[in-house]
Amino acid sequence: MSKFNFPESIMSRPVYGTLEPRSGKAHLMVADAQGAEAIIGLSKADSGLLSKTHIIYIPKGTGDTYTGKLEKLGAAQLYVGPSYEAAKTRLQRTLAGAHMGLQVYLSGTEGLMGQAMLEATNAGIPHTAIQTEHRGSVARRMQCVHCKGITEDVMTDPFVCSHCGLSLFVRDHYSRRLAAFQGVCIDAEDPGNVPASVELYK
Amino acid sequence: MIMQFNEETFREDYTFHNSDWAINRFPFPFHEDSYMYAVNMEQHRGGPEGSIYEKRFDVDEHYVAEMKDRAMVLSDDPLRCQSLPHMTLAGWDLLELIMVSKSEDYPDLFELHRNGDKWHWINKPLGIEDHFTFLDETTLPYGPMEYITRQTQGDFCVLDQRDDNLWMDAGIVTTQADWSLDFDIGMNFFEWHAPVPLAHEKGIFVRALKFLLNIQQGAPARRLNWTMTVNPLLDTSPENYHKWGVQKTEITPENIGRKQYLRVELQTFFRLPRSNGLVFPIRCYLIAFEDLVKIPKWGRRLHRVIRDLPVELATYKGFIDNRPMMLDYLSEFDDGEPTSDGIWPDRHLE
Repeated sequence: MSKFNFPESIMSRPVYGTLEPRSGKAHLMVADAQGAEAIIGLSKADSGLLSKTHIIYIPKGTGDTYTGKLEKLGAAQLYVGPSYEAAKTRLQRTLAGAHMGLQVYLSGTEGLMGQAMLEATNAGIPHTAIQTEHRGSVARRMQCVHCKGITEDVMTDPFVCSHCGLSLFVRDHYSRRLAAFQGVCIDAEDPGNVPASVELYK
Repeated sequence: MIMQFNEETFREDYTFHNSDWAINRFPFPFHEDSYMYAVNMEQHRGGPEGSIYEKRFDVDEHYVAEMKDRAMVLSDDPLRCQSLPHMTLAGWDLLELIMVSKSEDYPDLFELHRNGDKWHWINKPLGIEDHFTFLDETTLPYGPMEYITRQTQGDFCVLDQRDDNLWMDAGIVTTQADWSLDFDIGMNFFEWHAPVPLAHEKGIFVRALKFLLNIQQGAPARRLNWTMTVNPLLDTSPENYHKWGVQKTEITPENIGRKQYLRVELQTFFRLPRSNGLVFPIRCYLIAFEDLVKIPKWGRRLHRVIRDLPVELATYKGFIDNRPMMLDYLSEFDDGEPTSDGIWPDRHLE
């Protein structure tokens, strides 16, 4: 198992659950890395579910650890892509063609779930109707509040903005519209005094 | 009175200043000698003559300079003004509310002539005169919200109401107490207030939301909020925090009286008629400590409030490091005498 129990936090911070099969004629599952485990769990909970499911999966550093297992689930459609960016237009096209009642399941890292949720909400699905389950890395997708650049897969606090180079501290304040947490300059009041980075949740 | 507009700046050389008139009418936010979050709402139906409560949208001596500063902020960062696509009608509601209010409340400064949907707006202090067609965006140089709020002091959050919640779906934010519209746009009431300490646990936001959801047309409400700012910097934005944050370290015992400002927000809430949105203007008033203590009651009371404020609030409001120096300064103006109830001054500057 690769589940992490996030400590309680502020109200803008997303809270993740456990995926459960829902009834419906069409299902969309989007996952990265260890998020595949949650999909496999769904197929065990409801053996008939996957034949009505489109899976979009990004292994993200897990190689073929999960791809063989996913292939055996008998999904109606299975796409394994090299990156979220590469998969995004397929996801958008799938949502654009979806009918009322599509069930959406997201699992894996926060960055993947946040971005896929944004596509789903842009397509008109309320965020409260989308199931999520965190699996794998606790890395975060961060927006620099200063230059607006996004830094993916941030594992430490503070971290260096990959766009403007400022040292940013990691806030729990989260924007669904940006699918990102907020990073704020840590040494603004004492330039140059940047504390040593620590790994998130260590 | 005849309005005189100050020549002044809110950046670099910081020539901002309050006249005795502005000090006397400053919205001192503490009605007693201590402070804690509360749902401190009241009806916004005027107030004492000359006070900042009297008009629906207060215009004061800082008007022209504030609008110049806003234009500079927007030129540097257009993301400070955003409106999600479904909010345009609420923008027209806001334009109408402000134009009607200002032309009625300040007929010497603003004129609105309406003939059906053909409107004629005159803003004398800013030298603006436009003819446009109400509800036709192509007849204005900006969207309706941006057009009118480039001419109105204070930040504006235009909130959509749905799912028993309020959603920050449009706004213009250039005089903010360190929050980002660009980050918060699209959030609901609880989400954009998420970083505020203590108030969630006290149930403040649940009760405040319940109140706001029920605000009716023609029955606006108001409250005061406050924080501290070093220098009269209107644009204390997170976007520019890496530039202005260091100014907090420039306070010394010698300069604190003139460099440390109490920053007060007059927050008002108006229901919008067509969109059923809610507009939430946040008007910022600044006063230097050395001017504030000219009112003896305010000097005494501010010392006591700052001294007894919980650490979480002083930290969230960003002045925990400077609090000891503030108290050294303010204690000189606290003789231990009792203070009268309410916010109003106990003497007026002549």
